[in-house]
Amino acid sequence: MTASMTVGIDLGSRTTKIVVLADDAIRSAEVFDTKHDPLDGLSRHLDELPDVPTIVTGYGRHLLSERLGYQAITELSACARGAIHVRPDCRLVIDIGGQDAKVISVTEAGGFDDFVMNDRCAAGTGRFLEVMASALGYVLEEFGAEALSAGSAVRINSMCTVFAESEVVSLMTSGEDRRRIALGLHQATVERVAAMLPPGATDRGAVMFVGGVAKNPGVVELLRARLPAQPIIPEQPQIVSALGAALIAQSAGEERS
Amino acid sequence: MSHQYTEMYEQLGMNVELHGQMIEAIHDSFERQVLSQQGRPEGMEHFDGLVEAAHGERVREILDHKKAGGSFIGTFCIYVPEEIAWALDVLPLPLCGGSGFSVPYAAGRFPRDICPLVKSTLGMAFSGCCPFGGIKDMAVGETTCDAKKKTWDVMAVWGVNMHVLEVPQKKNARTVDLWRAEVSEFRDRLEDISGKRLVAERLTEAVRLINRRRKALAELHSFRMEERPPISGTDVLVATQGSLIDDPARCCDRLEALNDELRQRVAQGVSPIPEGVLRIMLGGSPAVMGNWKLHHLIESAGAVVVCDETCTGTRYFAHLVPEIEGDLEAQLSAIADRYLQIDCACFSPNTERIENIVDLAGQFRVDGMIHYVLQYCHGYNIEAITVAEALKEAAVPSITLETDYSEEDNGQLRTRIEAFLEMMA
Repeated sequence: MTASMTVGIDLGSRTTKIVVLADDAIRSAEVFDTKHDPLDGLSRHLDELPDVPTIVTGYGRHLLSERLGYQAITELSACARGAIHVRPDCRLVIDIGGQDAKVISVTEAGGFDDFVMNDRCAAGTGRFLEVMASALGYVLEEFGAEALSAGSAVRINSMCTVFAESEVVSLMTSGEDRRRIALGLHQATVERVAAMLPPGATDRGAVMFVGGVAKNPGVVELLRARLPAQPIIPEQPQIVSALGAALIAQSAGEERS
Repeated sequence: MSHQYTEMYEQLGMNVELHGQMIEAIHDSFERQVLSQQGRPEGMEHFDGLVEAAHGERVREILDHKKAGGSFIGTFCIYVPEEIAWALDVLPLPLCGGSGFSVPYAAGRFPRDICPLVKSTLGMAFSGCCPFGGIKDMAVGETTCDAKKKTWDVMAVWGVNMHVLEVPQKKNARTVDLWRAEVSEFRDRLEDISGKRLVAERLTEAVRLINRRRKALAELHSFRMEERPPISGTDVLVATQGSLIDDPARCCDRLEALNDELRQRVAQGVSPIPEGVLRIMLGGSPAVMGNWKLHHLIESAGAVVVCDETCTGTRYFAHLVPEIEGDLEAQLSAIADRYLQIDCACFSPNTERIENIVDLAGQFRVDGMIHYVLQYCHGYNIEAITVAEALKEAAVPSITLETDYSEEDNGQLRTRIEAFLEMMA
């Protein structure tokens, strides 16, 4: 074991991500569903982790910090740091996860100087898409591709998860093609996120799209069309915050020594 | 715990059981968010007690005041010129609700998309949890926002003796005249309900008393200019909320004693605030008694609230009334002019407020500002954009947090507050 080995854990509302880092290289990266009892769901994974400096982030960070004594940081710090590691020219991150959508203005040093988050409702988040996929009878993995296969979209008026579900149900009962509804839902999601972008979003540098929703080809395609510059999508968009947490644990270690 | 008041509540026609549940809910929040803090000044004891007294001993005092020939009015805004009331033995009490407990009781009888402050207040009345409903001689509304304006009309239909003060929406020579006339009419209404005539001598006394309260509160708030404040922002809020409902003379004594203790703490270097924590200004919507949510979230995230730019902060005590003797009409004009300086978001433009916030940020050496917006409080919500632009010029970062009285969004709020602190660190 090298002295510079660290761990980052991102306990999200839908999935948990664990990255083990040795110096700058990812030793291992895991993504699994967050259980109803997040600690219980984690215990098997924690047992296998090396006893090295660990930082936790994500919605469940306080739980892990209080129970296990790890240092906690917000997803925003972790994500900014991870993004700048993946692409040093990145200056804006769009992070859409299970229950949050965030837009973060990243600095060269891996910090951030501005951010916008969705409010308490699930509009424009992974949860919204998940509920809608289920209402339309799609499995989540095929939802984005199916949406893109529609020639045109139905305009979805409501971004509230509850109201949109009623709207979807009424559209289906009126005989509407479900692919067109799917495309409309993806467009609504992208519009919601686009409204969070600062003016001149792509002027400062590259834009990166991360989080579980970055795996949805429908959202990716529509977001591409909406931005003046192509967004970067990392190979593993879900682990960027866990990676950032592990990197911050390394800097913290360096400061101590 | 408040069994000693059961008989009084029954006589007031309240729902005693439900009221007991509400008091318990408020106490639960108070314990978690306020009493759990470490290193609190001893002088806070009186103000902690006022949270319980608000629906207990204070009600009894008001009933006694009425028995002795005095009158009682309910108010909902710091724009009500309270000096005139005190000078006529009319006891004014702010009735704004700060507890989430009563919010659901406004549902059904009132539109959904209305701010939690209005809903909490009405819910308290609808659920039989407000001890003051039946004993007030008059309720005084004002025109500082649309939700309140229309609520007064509804309350009047429901049989409440209402008086509405027209607070202007612009500041110029014409509106100064309008507001002076409103203040004069308010005097007439108070003379009617009290059956007394306003005399200059009593008004001077009342002005001095309320000035004393404003000065004591200003000093209390100013202790947080210290590098390590001798008191938390949460406690300053609790003391301010209590002061606004307490007997003014008694509360001045207690505030001045608390200030003495804080002066001593500063001299001895005693502070509950760790060194080097980020200093936050909170501005925007009021946080009335029962509402400690955001202060608690900010301070438990490791920052300190050093300035409250709200109606439960600087806006209440920022200006004093000139202490004129003899000439009653001159006194009334001076009172009107003092109140018109309040920089409520109902004014367009509201340049004084923007400039004042930038000044306060410098005076209190704040690291960042959090705009506090009660859900559906459109004035402060939209004005936050103007404020943020001005602060940006002054290199002070800020964020806006819109929330209500429930705790369901605590997780998201905590993430935003912590991220804001990490961003500045």
